[in-house]
Amino acid sequence: MRLWKRFRSSYFLYSFLHDPVAMGSFAILAFLTLAAFGAPVIAPHNPYDTTTINIMDSEIPPVWMEGGEQNFTLGTDAQGRDMLSTMLYGMRISLIIGVGATLMQAVIGIVLGLLAGYKGGRVDSFLMRMADVQLSFSTLMVAIFLSAIFQAIFGVAAFERLAVPFLVLVIGIAEWPQYARTVRASVLAEKKKEYVEAARVMGLPAARIMWRHILPNSMSPILVLSTVQVAHAIMSEAALSFLGLGMPITKPSLGSLINSGFDYIFSGSWWITMFPGILLVLLILVINLLGDWVQDVLNPKLYKG
Amino acid sequence: MTDSKSLVRISNVVKHFDISGGFLDRISFSGGRPSLTTTTVKALNDVSLDITQGEILSVVGESGCGKSTLGRTVLGLYPPTSGEIAFRDTRIDNLSARQMLPYRRKMQMVFQDPYASLNPRMTVRQILEEPTSFHFPDLSRSQVQDKVAEVMRQVGVDPAWAGRYPHEFSGGQRQRISIARALMVDPEFIVADEPISALDVSIQAQILNLIMDCQERFGLTYMFITHDLSVVEHISTRVAVMYLGTLCELADKKNLYGEPQHPYSRALLSAIPRLGSKGFSHMRLKGEVPTPINLPPGCVFHTRCPFTEERCRREIPALRTLPNGSRAACHALEEGRI
Repeated sequence: MRLWKRFRSSYFLYSFLHDPVAMGSFAILAFLTLAAFGAPVIAPHNPYDTTTINIMDSEIPPVWMEGGEQNFTLGTDAQGRDMLSTMLYGMRISLIIGVGATLMQAVIGIVLGLLAGYKGGRVDSFLMRMADVQLSFSTLMVAIFLSAIFQAIFGVAAFERLAVPFLVLVIGIAEWPQYARTVRASVLAEKKKEYVEAARVMGLPAARIMWRHILPNSMSPILVLSTVQVAHAIMSEAALSFLGLGMPITKPSLGSLINSGFDYIFSGSWWITMFPGILLVLLILVINLLGDWVQDVLNPKLYKG
Repeated sequence: MTDSKSLVRISNVVKHFDISGGFLDRISFSGGRPSLTTTTVKALNDVSLDITQGEILSVVGESGCGKSTLGRTVLGLYPPTSGEIAFRDTRIDNLSARQMLPYRRKMQMVFQDPYASLNPRMTVRQILEEPTSFHFPDLSRSQVQDKVAEVMRQVGVDPAWAGRYPHEFSGGQRQRISIARALMVDPEFIVADEPISALDVSIQAQILNLIMDCQERFGLTYMFITHDLSVVEHISTRVAVMYLGTLCELADKKNLYGEPQHPYSRALLSAIPRLGSKGFSHMRLKGEVPTPINLPPGCVFHTRCPFTEERCRREIPALRTLPNGSRAACHALEEGRI
């Protein structure tokens, strides 16, 4: 109750209600998220159920074009799956991977960043050099490497089953230094403050000082980074799927849908690539706009020139 | 001073801070050969001090003379480079964090900046409950809450405000909460690091009275770090004067204010403005404070002292008891030149 009251009167809510871009982005994001996670209920078809797919329905154009069918509003892809349903299911996978990978990055990055910033000295040097090394490999390279190895060892069938956790892991591992550096920088600023010294005089263990005292005061840069990183992870996943290293075609994400349609784009079936592409752009755009707004609210000292 | 009465004993404490930076910053070329240099700030040089049970020992000195470093070293926030710190005749500077815990409870600190010393993301209740439930895990939740309310009342903050965040309080109230946090664990010794410097003058008196009130009520011993000499005169039992990381003079308040012995103390005290005095009658020192990175040899004060002789440039003076009971580190005093 108290928390709700504080939220009602907070600057956060006030600035949200006075920023049409933020409200619009939030509305679209909420709508997309609901649509994605409600896909089993609201989607007209189930693209995972192979018994309902008929290859004879393949490459049907959207309903408003010549040859379109009422049954398939946005047309069908090369395998006869309804585009709208496949996109909703695909967006669900994209969102799960995006949020999951960001959580993974955040957990690794926050723990290592806190340690590096608070302990300092050799621990700090070691962890930050590790982060530098990690950053010098691009996300795609790490992912290509690992998925090639994974597929070679466990086989393609196992990869298709474990694709989601695998992608979360790969994108999580490849991008943790972003968090570690942000957290470290803010820990370095916080740990000099007197409330941390007071906690040390109290004899509190280092782990508790880091979690209970320093971390809550470093949350705003972490929040800002998270919004950017979710969008980034979704894009990484799309890029990997587009390259054929991400989600398999039987369980397509937005990226693999774009990829699968790419082969048909010159035969005139542009909708297979176009619609998932537009949806992906919209999704990332609203997340980034929201992230921008969060950054403005939490970092009032940051002026945009 | 007898040993039995001393609560905290600081013996020959030296604290040097390494500021030489990373490997590349340390490489220097001397005579054509590369060598590694270390730059250290000599914050404390061989400081020995006994703090007697029940007293308020003030530590005074100008900015950068090592007062705060001394306070923080005593509490173990900085490990001393050499020397010993003892609490009730038990050496505490070499204990592990776990062994140190019972002493953490006995020794607390009040900080200078009431705006930085309270965690902005915790309510006052959380700030005050944390040390209690950490050091007294046997207490039930309601006992801890009772204690919070009791201590809040003692420091003059309404317990009904416990659910608020520090930013909702004024500077003086925050300093009261900061004192309450130190009192939560029933300490015997409190280091107060310029607790009133950041406050409005009208609030300073209230906080000073609270500090003295707590001393009477709980039998506390204070190490009171400040640069405000009129405050020192008001509250201290004894005063330690520091200059450039060295203890110059340790005297009873009356002695120091009546007849300061060490040349630096004389200069310092003559600089207190007096109501009704005309012109500048204070003793002027020449030059600037030398940097603690390159300490002058011999007596650290010799570059500015009006009584400097050859011996002062060579030999570091030891703290000696003078006829009036004060203790001062000065060759000129020892030789009877001043």
